[in-house]
Amino acid sequence: METGRRNFLKIGGLCTLGLGSLRLVDAIAKTEEPKFLLNVQALSAKRWAMAIDMKKCWEKGRPGCTDCTLACHSTHNVPDIGTQKEEIKWIWEEKYENVFPRQESGMEPEAIREKPFILLCNHCTNAPCTRVCPTKATFKRPDGITMMDFHRCIGCRYCMAACPYGARSFNFRDPRPFIKTELNTTFPTRERGVVEKCNFCEERLAAGKIPACVEACKCKALCFGDLEDPKSDVRKALASQFSIRRKPELGTEPGVYYVI
Amino acid sequence: MKMYDGKYILAGLIVFIVLATFPVWFTHGKAAPPPELKLDTPVIAKMANKQCVLPKEEMITGHMKLLNDWRTQVVRDGKRMYVASDGKTYEMSLQNECMKCHSNKTLFCDKCHNYAGLQKDADPYCWNCHIAPKENK
Ligand code: HEC
Ligand code: HEC
Ligand code: HEC
Repeated sequence: METGRRNFLKIGGLCTLGLGSLRLVDAIAKTEEPKFLLNVQALSAKRWAMAIDMKKCWEKGRPGCTDCTLACHSTHNVPDIGTQKEEIKWIWEEKYENVFPRQESGMEPEAIREKPFILLCNHCTNAPCTRVCPTKATFKRPDGITMMDFHRCIGCRYCMAACPYGARSFNFRDPRPFIKTELNTTFPTRERGVVEKCNFCEERLAAGKIPACVEACKCKALCFGDLEDPKSDVRKALASQFSIRRKPELGTEPGVYYVI
Repeated sequence: MKMYDGKYILAGLIVFIVLATFPVWFTHGKAAPPPELKLDTPVIAKMANKQCVLPKEEMITGHMKLLNDWRTQVVRDGKRMYVASDGKTYEMSLQNECMKCHSNKTLFCDKCHNYAGLQKDADPYCWNCHIAPKENK
């Protein structure tokens, strides 16, 4: 068969056009793609934050009350390993000198120096843990929560070294046998070899509920809300009282405030 | 032609061929039957239209990808609701959604995974953290 250059080009052009239109047909024929949406009842904020009124906790709470801790641990299946080295900490207690080092005057009232402070992940604006994580397993959400993606965690523990607040714990062993609270079957446990910490109850926020510790505190010592919303509980609590944050000199901008 | 040590070479060859083809003739005609997957869970029994999140064929070949997408959406993007192409909504959760219907994990997921020869620690590693449904076996 003989064909000229012009004919060859014409046919070639037609073929290209035909192939190109296949994509068009595809696009038109496509059924609706599945969609991923936020839960309708989800609580949202520009910057989640917490104010902890220690005075309220000490004055109104029962001595030795651990309602907030229990609520957190049973919600998230946090194990109680029993040794300090392997302790898994989401919300825990510490003395003043360890909570506010270099902010002490040395002349604080006895009560402040001896009473327990409630600690949890500060969900820092400039979170050092997220900067050192080599797999981006820990990252900042747009709403200020410092999130852990356990699926990506390789257990290198750089984040633990980077966190100035000791808010991260490593699973040296399988945590399941050490879960002393009733198992919450709707939330996963963790496994040996991953790091974990408080998640500001992001799974409860998605279901329209405030964090478990805030809900559990009968004397309302914990306030939670949007720091950018002047009408929120945290902002009201912070506007009426003097508050401090942990280790402000580091510039991490914690999202947890203390009223003493 | 002279073959040195022919006896030994031939015997060795025969042994080699028998061993190398062992898997072929040993299982000859006895292909393992595909497992019978049980869908008789209480939740599925109550469904009028017995249907998975995606059409059955897509689920068989693509459930791992779906789970991977769900995981990314939930953990990294904070989205938890999935609207399927037929408009039905699902909570994107392995232990709270898939396993609500497929509450017979050992007779369903595990059975097929064993048959397909998935690495022993492939699928079960999800269950190191995610809590498998209680089954009375
Ligand atoms: C190291 C522990 C761990 C392992 C291993 C793990 N997950 Fe998860 N997974 C979690 C945690 C914790 C969440 C967060 C749950 C939440 O926020 O509600 C989660 C969330 C998810 C979600 C979305 C929410 C939900 O409730 O299911 C999916 C889907 C998921 N994982 C799938 C998988 C799959 C598939 C595997 C195995 C290939 C796996 N995960 C292995 C800990 C783990
Ligand atoms: C609303 C209940 C429901 C939910 C939720 C559900 N399934 Fe299904 N699934 C079914 C039913 C019913 C079938 C049988 C479908 C059929 O026969 O057409 C099925 C079939 C399947 C199959 C194919 C089995 C076969 O016959 O070979 C797989 C694989 C599967 N589901 C996995 C999953 C996974 C993974 C999830 C979570 C992402 C899930 N399913 C969520 C009800 C459900
Ligand atoms: C019809 C058979 C079949 C059924 C039923 C089935 N699976 Fe699978 N699944 C497979 C196969 C085959 C693979 C491996 C695919 C591959 O490796 O490419 C797989 C892979 C997976 C993976 C990825 C594992 C990995 O290492 O990446 C997950 C997670 C998974 N399945 C979860 C489930 C869950 C949960 C169920 C029950 C609700 C289920 N599967 C039911 C056949 C099945």
